Amino acid sequence: MSKLHVSTTVNGDAVEYLCDPRETLLDCLRDKLNLTGAKEGCGTGDCGACSVTVDGRLVCSCLMLGVEAEGKQIATVEGIAEGDVLHPLQQKMIEYAALQCGICTPGILVAAKSLLEKNPNPTEEETRYWLAGNLCRCTGYDKIIRAVMDTAAELREAS
Amino acid sequence: MALDDRKSDFTFVGTRPNRPDGLDKVTGRAKFGADISAPGMLHGAVLRSPHAHARIVKIDTSKAEAHKDVKAVVTRADFAEVPFKPGLEGEFWNVLENVMAGEKALYDGHAVAAIAASSALAARDALKLIEVEYDVLSHVTDVDKAMAPDAPVIREGAADYSVPEGMHPNVVRYHESGHGDVEAGFSEADLVTEDSFVTEATHQGYIEPHACLGMLGNDGKGELWCTTQGHWIAQKTCAALLGIETSQLRVTASEIGGGFGGKTTVFIEPVALALSRKANRPVKIVMTRSEVFRATGPTSSASMDIKIGMKKDGTITAAQGVFRLQGGAFPGAPGDMTAMCAFAPYNLTNVKQIGYDVMSNRPKQAAYRAPGAPMGAFAVESVIDELCNKLGLDPVDVRLKNAAHEGTKASYGPTYERIGLVETLEAAKAHPHYTAPLKPGQGRGISCGFWFNHGGETSVSLALSEDGSAQLMVGTPDIGGSRASMALMAAEVLGIPYENIRVTVADTASLGYNDVSHGSRVTYASGLATIKAAKHAVERLCERAATKWGIPTDAVKWEDGCAVPSGPNAGDFDPMPLADITADMGSTGGPISGHFEATPEGAGVSFGTHIVDAEVDPETGKTCVTRYTVIQDAGKAIHPTYVEGQYQGGAAQGIGWALNEEYVYGEDGRLQNSIFLDYRIPVASDLPMIDTVIVEVPNPGHPFGVRGVGETGIVPPLAAIANAVSNAAGVRMKQLPMSPPRILAALKGNG
Repeated sequence: MSKLHVSTTVNGDAVEYLCDPRETLLDCLRDKLNLTGAKEGCGTGDCGACSVTVDGRLVCSCLMLGVEAEGKQIATVEGIAEGDVLHPLQQKMIEYAALQCGICTPGILVAAKSLLEKNPNPTEEETRYWLAGNLCRCTGYDKIIRAVMDTAAELREAS
Repeated sequence: MALDDRKSDFTFVGTRPNRPDGLDKVTGRAKFGADISAPGMLHGAVLRSPHAHARIVKIDTSKAEAHKDVKAVVTRADFAEVPFKPGLEGEFWNVLENVMAGEKALYDGHAVAAIAASSALAARDALKLIEVEYDVLSHVTDVDKAMAPDAPVIREGAADYSVPEGMHPNVVRYHESGHGDVEAGFSEADLVTEDSFVTEATHQGYIEPHACLGMLGNDGKGELWCTTQGHWIAQKTCAALLGIETSQLRVTASEIGGGFGGKTTVFIEPVALALSRKANRPVKIVMTRSEVFRATGPTSSASMDIKIGMKKDGTITAAQGVFRLQGGAFPGAPGDMTAMCAFAPYNLTNVKQIGYDVMSNRPKQAAYRAPGAPMGAFAVESVIDELCNKLGLDPVDVRLKNAAHEGTKASYGPTYERIGLVETLEAAKAHPHYTAPLKPGQGRGISCGFWFNHGGETSVSLALSEDGSAQLMVGTPDIGGSRASMALMAAEVLGIPYENIRVTVADTASLGYNDVSHGSRVTYASGLATIKAAKHAVERLCERAATKWGIPTDAVKWEDGCAVPSGPNAGDFDPMPLADITADMGSTGGPISGHFEATPEGAGVSFGTHIVDAEVDPETGKTCVTRYTVIQDAGKAIHPTYVEGQYQGGAAQGIGWALNEEYVYGEDGRLQNSIFLDYRIPVASDLPMIDTVIVEVPNPGHPFGVRGVGETGIVPPLAAIANAVSNAAGVRMKQLPMSPPRILAALKGNG
């Protein structure tokens, strides 16, 4: 099967790649653009480890084809920090020890950032339901939820 | 280690600094198993049996080999001849047989051939070109059915010496232990309760699938990168399976995306190396989630009979348990562990436990966090709860009355040193959760749990740099923040800031053999070795200071990061900081390092007590855990936040096991739920906050008092939740998971 040419934008950078029509956006990010921050935990959209945003919308990049990225704005975990300054969510995840193995962390960060952009003052229940698509097997979610809610409070104070 | 060698006031230990690898893990740059590639790399894929049990008549790989994208195909013939021995003595043979099927496919998902091709898609496509002729055999996946006289035999001759005569060949190991006279004990009881319990197999459910990159030449030298809990066991096993020398294979552990016991062996690693040797190119293999579920270690399923006698005052007079565990198509189900742990929290005069290790047509079980212990605790603690209910006794008081303590002869044999079970129970009784009012429809459950903890072979090196910083090399992959606890312990001994210590998980070429990150051993054993290695470096530092001062070495001691004269007679010198000694170490005797290696034996057993509130919806059968408190003895919490994390993680996995997770097999012996949609682990909206109480009863076997904390936290939850659900529903739940259909059936059966 011949490959297709795709032009898209990832974390603000214009990029191009050739992909098989069957390859997912996640495959293309990881294997063609060497952006290995998004992880494949399931390949079926159940674990959220591959979370990215496409034109601002939170998606599982394993459920989207690479060719569908044509002309879109993709944002991944690699683009969350600004230069050497971590996003408050990244800082709080470290401070709260909200990661143990860290494999779900990129997806959690992308999803949580997306939550706070839509809802700067989420309740615990809203936070839990928003992150229900991001599986974490290590933490029991306790410290993740606290880190996200504390970040939200800090961002509200700062704004 | 002598008690007087133990430290009790700390500068760094017990603080909560940020983990050293935090930045890497929040920016996406940490390299996990699948995050690496190599020049000229091929992609591997594995063909797996669709049958639960089948003789492999013929494998024709010619069409696959002829395909332009395919660079190598391997089957069992491409691996070394490893001798077969019955039982666990032949573990290399068992692993080989699991990695690549021989004469028979033994479970749905069993590997039968593998391909390396120029792309991952090409490799998967080309699998369809391999033709396998199977002679399908009858199969069995249930533990009780696998022991029945008419069960199909998984493998003749797999049973070891321990199995009594007359048992089915699928029973491969037998364990019996205890003390006293249980029959006499039952006759002294005011009430004897006897019941049977069942738990289903669950998967460790790490979010990172197995992944590796292997390179092996026909000169017998190789490199392997893989996600593993132990790269030395991967090195040793791969070398054996490929017929090469262990030391010629260098293995590097990637960052590991969860393991929980499931990454303590190899699956795809020897396959990637075999493909690489044939193609003479690096080969990467990454499992799909479905492959993870079908072909990597789930835990055992269990069927158990418990009988306990109690006096009206709550004294347990006798306890007996029979534990039948199915561990897939290979020996290794932890029937012995289940049996030994089941009654371990209690000081019993009369106790007897029997464990069976049974084979069936399922994937080879792997360790899962305190392997075997949660099932036994579920059965035993359910019966204790039932006795408390019938006798009108408080469940914490009854456990306190019977609790094991220092000097108790454990149910599995040894006499306990200082342990902290009573302290966890007293903390439970004092905790506001225990007396908080319950709403209608809610029930409360408690349970104790025990795990042995483990020492294991350990080798650690520490090297000082001229600027006074330190690099620490450990051999235990960091699954949950152990770099932080290692750096804290090294800082404590050296007296330099935590931030000045860089901890690296070294590859197999850099240290001697290190046992796997399992058995809750890392903070204990690698921590002990880190302390000793740092003390070794401190001795060298003191020697250099003594030379500079022109006084004897024994006239120098180490305080707060400085060499100081040991007393007024030693001389009058200003403290000499570590960095002043390392600054010119090149000209005062050369590099300064510390090293320690041993197999420490004093791991110190661990106990926990959990309190759970659960609410059952009588219309749907759905259970909601509304409040959860974990109380566990850590000995000494090096980094308390990560200790809490272990407690919370164990509880969350226990909640999944208790309420929802199970391997579902069809009549055809195929796994029915091999994706996360159907095998549903707890998500954020399923759980409450999980409160933790860290009890610290120092372990006499560790310089700082550490006990492992990783595993004990999954032992009480199954029972504690079952007790809460049973109290809420008004009917005793005897089978896990307590999924809505099972709860509805139990409610209906109860009228």
